[in-house]
Amino acid sequence: MPLLSLEGLVKRYGALLVTDHVSLTLDHGEALGILGPNGAGKTTLFNLIAGTAAASAGRVIFKDRDISALPTRTRCHLGISRSFQVPHPFLGMTTFENVLVGAAFGRGLSERQASARALEVLELTGLMRKANALAGALTLLERKRLELARALATQPTLLLLDEIAGGLTEAECHELIATIKIVRAQGVSIIWIEHVVNALLAVVDRIVVLDFGRKIAEGEPAAIMASPEVTSIYMGLEA
Amino acid sequence: MKPDFTIERATRASRIAGLLSLVLIVALIAAPWWAGRANMRLLGEVYAFLALASLWNLLAGFTGLVSVGQQAFVGLGGYALFAAAIFYGVPPLLAIVLAGFVGAIVALPLAPILFRLQGAYFAIGTWVAAEVFRLVFAQVSALGGGSGTSLPAHIVTDIASTRDAREMVIYWSAMALGLGAIGVVYAILRSRAGLALTAIRDSEVASESLGIDIARTKLVLYVVTAALTTMTGALIFLQKLRISPDAAFSVNDWTAYVIFMVVIGGIGTIEGPILGTLIFFALRETLSDLGTIYLMLLGAVAILVMLKAPKGLWGLFSAATGITLFPLRRRVVSTDAH
Repeated sequence: MPLLSLEGLVKRYGALLVTDHVSLTLDHGEALGILGPNGAGKTTLFNLIAGTAAASAGRVIFKDRDISALPTRTRCHLGISRSFQVPHPFLGMTTFENVLVGAAFGRGLSERQASARALEVLELTGLMRKANALAGALTLLERKRLELARALATQPTLLLLDEIAGGLTEAECHELIATIKIVRAQGVSIIWIEHVVNALLAVVDRIVVLDFGRKIAEGEPAAIMASPEVTSIYMGLEA
Repeated sequence: MKPDFTIERATRASRIAGLLSLVLIVALIAAPWWAGRANMRLLGEVYAFLALASLWNLLAGFTGLVSVGQQAFVGLGGYALFAAAIFYGVPPLLAIVLAGFVGAIVALPLAPILFRLQGAYFAIGTWVAAEVFRLVFAQVSALGGGSGTSLPAHIVTDIASTRDAREMVIYWSAMALGLGAIGVVYAILRSRAGLALTAIRDSEVASESLGIDIARTKLVLYVVTAALTTMTGALIFLQKLRISPDAAFSVNDWTAYVIFMVVIGGIGTIEGPILGTLIFFALRETLSDLGTIYLMLLGAVAILVMLKAPKGLWGLFSAATGITLFPLRRRVVSTDAH
C-alpha cells in the first residue's frame, strides 16, 4: 500500500478550477518532486493534502485512511507536516520556542520530551546558534530553515516542502539539500514543490508536472526533464 | 562530542523579584496590624482590580479575545453570591468559590455563540451579552429587581462576629484572589497552554498546521477567565454588601477602567496590568477630588500612553532595561560552558 494516494482531487473556487482531477500516489520513504509554472495549482494541492483547504471532490488517502474530511491539526497528528512557501514564523517567540510548538503539539509530547525533540531538530537544521534569537530577527535562509525545523519537530511521516529553496544563494541551497537528504535518510517521505530544479533533482526519485491544475507528466526525473511538456514550460532549461 | 543543553526560564531580575515579592506578600498579609481600616479597604479594592486587569489581559493581550463585556461575569458573581447566601444560606466565602463554578457553567454555552463573531464584532457581542445579563437580573424581584438589594446583617455577621475580624477575613480573601489570579495567569502562560496561546496570537495558520486545536484552546481560556472573573465579582460585592443591576453590570467600573489599567501598564505582559492598576489607584487617590477634570486627566493619560508608548509603561521600561519579573521565555543554555 502507498503511504499517500490522491484520488481524483478537484478544487474549485467559484468558476475557477484550480485542481483538475489530480490522482497520484507516494510510497513509504519516497521523495516526489512537483514542478509547474506559477498558478499551476501546486500550493493548492498541498493545501488539500494538509487540510488547509477542503477538496471539492475526490479523496485523500493517508496510511490507508480517508482523511479528506479531517481538519489540518488532526492530519498533523497523523504525520503530515508542511513548510509554507511564505514563512509564517511565530514572531514573538524565539527560534527554540517556535520549534518547541511543533514538537509539543504535533505529537502531544510533554514539555520535557518536546524540548529534547526541539533541540535535536535545531541541531539537524543548523539553527542551534540562533536558538535564543527572536524569530523576527532571523534572515531569509534562517526563516526557511525554521519552517523546515518546525515541520520536522512534529515527527512527520510525510513532509510537504513548498519552495523552500527559493531565494537562497547556491551555497545556502547546498546546505539545505544536505539537511533534506538527512531527513530522507531517516525514513521521512517527502513531496517537494520547487522552482529551483537542480535542488529538486538532487533529492527526488520521481517528478510530477502540473499545469492549469492538471497532472500533465509524471516519471523519472531525467525522463521528465527531457520531455516536451517540461521543456515547453521551462524554456531554456534544456542544455 | 555532542554538546548538552538545558532550558532555563528564570532571569536574575526574576529571582530578585521573587524574593522581594515574598517580603512584600508577608508585609501585605500583616496589613491588618499596620494599616488602618480605610487603607485595608483600599488595598482590598486594589486586589480585586489586580485580578480583573490580569484576567482581561490574559483574554485580550494573549488570546486576542478583546472583550468589553467582562462586567457580565463580575455582575454574575455578585448576584451568585447574594443569591447563594440569601436563598440557600451558603457561607459567603464558600459562595465566592461557588460563583466561580457558576461563571464557568454560564461561559461554556456563551463562548461558542460569541466566538462566531470576529474582532470588533466579538467585542460588541460581549457587551451586548452583559447588557442582557443586566436586564435579566433587573427582572428578579427576589433580589430587589432594578433597585437591587443589600446583604442581610445576619449573613454578614456569620463571616465573623466582630467588625475587625470580618474586615480581616475579607481582606485576606481579596488578597488571595488578587494575587491568586496573577499566579494562575502566570502558571497558564508558562505551561503548554501558554505556548499554544502565544503561537495562536502570532499565526493561526502555522498553529493549526503544527497540531494546535485553536478553538478548544480559546474556549478553555475563555471559561477559566470567566470563572475567575466571576469569583472576583462575588468578592467585590461582598466588600460592598449591596448590589444592583446597574452597579453589578457597569461597563465603566468593571471593563473601561480595567482596559485603561492594562493599556497604560502594558498589554500582553504580566507586569503591565499590575503596574497599570497601581498607577490607576495612585491617580484616583490623589486626583479624584477634582471631579470631571480627574476623568479628563485619565483620558489624557490613556491617549498619551497609547500614542507615545503603545506597549504601555512596562513595555517602555522593559525595552529600555531588558528586565522581566515574570519570565515566560525558554532560553537554551549550553551545559558545556559551565
